Amino acid sequence: MRGMLYTRYELLRAIRNRRFFFFSIGFPLILYFAIAAPNRHVNNFSNSGISFPLYYMVGLTSLGTMIAMISTGTRIAAERQAGWTRQLRITPLTTRDYFRAKILTAYMMACLTILVVSLAGASLGVSLPAGRWLEMAGLILVSLAPFAALGVMLGHLLNVDAIGPATGGGASLFAFLGGTWFPLSHGFLLDLGRLLPSYWLVQAAHVGLTGHGWPLRAWVTIGVWTLLLALGAAWAFRRDTKRVA
Amino acid sequence: MRPEASRESNRALELMGPGIQIAGLSKTFRSPEGPVHAVRGIDIDIPRGQTVALLGPNGAGKSTTIDMLLGLTPPDAGSVTLFDREPRAAVDAGLIGAMLQTGSLIQYLSVRELLTMMAGMFPAPADVGEVMAKTGLERIAQRRTQKLSGGETQRVRFAIALISNPDLLVLDEPTVAMDVESRHEFWAAMREFAARGKTVLFATHYLEEADQNADRVILMARGGVVADGPPTEIKGRVGFRTLRATLPDVPVEELLALPGVGAADRRGEAIVLSCSDSDQTIRALLERHPAARDIEITGGALEDAFLALTADTAETSK
Repeated sequence: MRGMLYTRYELLRAIRNRRFFFFSIGFPLILYFAIAAPNRHVNNFSNSGISFPLYYMVGLTSLGTMIAMISTGTRIAAERQAGWTRQLRITPLTTRDYFRAKILTAYMMACLTILVVSLAGASLGVSLPAGRWLEMAGLILVSLAPFAALGVMLGHLLNVDAIGPATGGGASLFAFLGGTWFPLSHGFLLDLGRLLPSYWLVQAAHVGLTGHGWPLRAWVTIGVWTLLLALGAAWAFRRDTKRVA
Repeated sequence: MRPEASRESNRALELMGPGIQIAGLSKTFRSPEGPVHAVRGIDIDIPRGQTVALLGPNGAGKSTTIDMLLGLTPPDAGSVTLFDREPRAAVDAGLIGAMLQTGSLIQYLSVRELLTMMAGMFPAPADVGEVMAKTGLERIAQRRTQKLSGGETQRVRFAIALISNPDLLVLDEPTVAMDVESRHEFWAAMREFAARGKTVLFATHYLEEADQNADRVILMARGGVVADGPPTEIKGRVGFRTLRATLPDVPVEELLALPGVGAADRRGEAIVLSCSDSDQTIRALLERHPAARDIEITGGALEDAFLALTADTAETSK
């Protein structure tokens, strides 16, 4: 109850932070138009049976939402540097309230990203049945859980100087290996990709397109990554709050 | 100075249960140059209602002591009790308000929004409007936190410390970023808080601030408590008063032989004596050298006591 007020102000702060807002939502949008608009008439991209605008709508939704989640780290690192995390520690705000605010803010940004990129897709002729779109959005939100934990972990582990390259590099790598940019069809890259949460994030989006359900393996992979990264985030938080600023 | 009446009421409140109890508190940090003994087993007992200055140079252990007091840093040994509770429990009950040494504010909220958010975290917070009035923030209530000057930011941080309606205010070098006027207003607000029978502990290396605003000064150096008492007593302990007079033709050796003189200096016709007991010195001086005139005795500043006391420990610790 008390923690919800904090969450509300965190959301307000995220919305008012124009640069953060622009780069979180504008970046995937601009990238999407830059890549998909010139190829909007390609109907069977790379023999995947999916149209080019649709493939990249899915790809950039997964990339954009992933960045939105990880960028929690940037905001936490900045608050730590400002001494604000210490200020919060001398209030009754619990660790749970704190994490909930951070994670809900990240999810709000992710939801906006899904919405905006989907609208951009629609403007390039992509059309999906409402049920499929909802299924896609739902599975994307599930597969973002490990990235929420990753953002919190990096935010408590790294300082302001290191956090930019770490989140940018981390997101690019996850996106590349997860098949955001081109379909992973066979071989080592596919085997590797199937071990990563970003692969299943992209697949979550594909599920919405093809109507095939998420395999058990997806749930297990996302579950394991979420657990491990949440433990990592808890460890980083404890380590961080023990140290003298 | 605080009016005498409120000092009286403070004394009455001292009888109402325990305030801050620090016993055997120690903290050692590891550093590349070896262990740093930031705090070496200190004992401090502060009754409810007292205003106490924690005075010392950088590295004396003031901030580490405050961090342990607030539960931000776990001590290696010893204990802290605030109003009969563990630090964390006292914080959760909203009994403690603190202004930490470093800290800026989170951005993209107005002053009023930020204070409303903070107030919402505590069980029985103060009224946001009232706190803003007390800390002079009404004029900038709608301004976003990232647009504030350094002094305004400090005032908001002070308001945050007051927002839980605390019984104890802990301030770690609160006036560092303030201009003269802000400083003046800040101490006035702090004294008003203390006059309601609340307890205040502030760290400072501004000796004048400790002298003017505290009932009691705890002098720290090298992780230990070097002196503890009312500002006047701290000064009296070393007792540096300076006696100046015009007195030609008396050799320095003879001046040094006067009772209560620690050091003597001749500057042309004038003499300057550093006295540990200036009352004795002046009597003897007038008896032995009736020609002395233009006599002037000035009280030592806390700064002198500070230098003398910390120099002492520097020698004994070698």
